[in-house]
Amino acid sequence: MTRTLWDSTVGKKTVMAVSGIVMLLYLVAHMIGNLKIFFGPDEINHYARWLRTMGEPVLRYEWGLWILRVVLVTAVIAHGVCAYQLSRRDIKARPSKYVHSKPRASYATRTMRWGGVILALFVVWHILDLTTGTVHSGGYQHLHPYQNIIDTFSTWYGDVIYIVAVLAMGLHVQHGFWSAAQTLGAGSRTRDRVLKTVGNVLAALLTAGFISVPVGVMTGLVS
Amino acid sequence: MKLTLRVWRQKNADAEGAMSTYEVDGISKDMSFLEMLDTLNEELILKGEDPVAFDHDCREGICGACSLVINGDAHGPERTTTCQLHMRSFEDGDTIDIEPWRAAAFPVVKDLVVDRSAFDRIIQAGGYITAPTGAAPEAHSTPVPKADADYSFEHAECIGCGACVAACPNGAAMLFTSAKINHLNVLPQGAPERETRVLDMVAQMDEEGFGGCTLTGECATACPKGIPLFSITGMNKEWLRANRKVSR
Repeated sequence: MTRTLWDSTVGKKTVMAVSGIVMLLYLVAHMIGNLKIFFGPDEINHYARWLRTMGEPVLRYEWGLWILRVVLVTAVIAHGVCAYQLSRRDIKARPSKYVHSKPRASYATRTMRWGGVILALFVVWHILDLTTGTVHSGGYQHLHPYQNIIDTFSTWYGDVIYIVAVLAMGLHVQHGFWSAAQTLGAGSRTRDRVLKTVGNVLAALLTAGFISVPVGVMTGLVS
Repeated sequence: MKLTLRVWRQKNADAEGAMSTYEVDGISKDMSFLEMLDTLNEELILKGEDPVAFDHDCREGICGACSLVINGDAHGPERTTTCQLHMRSFEDGDTIDIEPWRAAAFPVVKDLVVDRSAFDRIIQAGGYITAPTGAAPEAHSTPVPKADADYSFEHAECIGCGACVAACPNGAAMLFTSAKINHLNVLPQGAPERETRVLDMVAQMDEEGFGGCTLTGECATACPKGIPLFSITGMNKEWLRANRKVSR
């Protein structure tokens, strides 16, 4: 069964749908965590510490966080590898373009591939900036996300990179959520409006939620 | 009507093709698109030139032979087959681009004719039922719920023209394959091969070099028979179900 799943175009799309949903669920949790910044330094710094102790005493210190990281990295790699292989296949399947061509699919649909690449690059920068502190603009302090976030969003490039990535993420989710539902066979004529609405609302909420943080810093709401 | 046609001309499968420009005059609005091409071809033959090769058969919109991409739309601007498209959909003085279906799995044979035998091989992989032949059985002996019959018929409308492949930016045959699978898989007559049908047909579809689905929906927009995009969702569901069943 594993061979059929991996060898088939439908199977690879299934892998993309499942890994996409895993990442989407993480995004929801991540956004909720981020919004704690509006309740002050203690709130979000305490939350950052809790992320390391969650699951205790079953799990040891930081185990829960590492399990989450392994799941996420697996999801990112699976999603990316499938997307790359399927894209290669798709391009090969349509070698010559139409002389008279018109793009009809929505902007979100047409930007899935390059939007995905932008998101992958962003994730690398984002981790180097706010997890490891390697490319951080201020003096990076471990377990002090409140100050670290303010440092990042006090630079113009930090704001630009972040906002562009969040917009790309919103578009990706807008097409991705609904597509994942179709790939997993959950769509139907009667359920379509509900699925489209859930996808659009999720995309809008995630975009607004994530962008509110740099906007908060820029407007001085968070300082 | 006087029209300027830009037509894809290609001598054979190995030759390089290019768009050639032709002028046609005296076209009636009531002509079908294929009759307009017949007019062009008569003029070309009189001039001693090679007529434009294009596929056509019933000219009633039910056989699936005609296949032209007209101004970037598979089967042209109306939601029907090229043979049922009429010149009233165009204006006097228009320039019309006519191209063949474009997909790696549909190689050009000549001009506007492509080889669609990849579809036949997908059907051979499982687009049939195993039933004893002979006299037709009593219809009432196999009850089919109305909703299932409707679902089956909606997909059975597929005429296998390949417009879905032509319209898909990935050259995918998902809509065709899903229509053929759903048509049989929902019926009691199709039940014995329900799992092998979807697994084998999807495998053959991949084997032929068609692309994957990115749910752009262009196939369903181009389909002259209105096969819905949810057809692909139904196939995905059947495929996942078959994988669970077969591995058991």
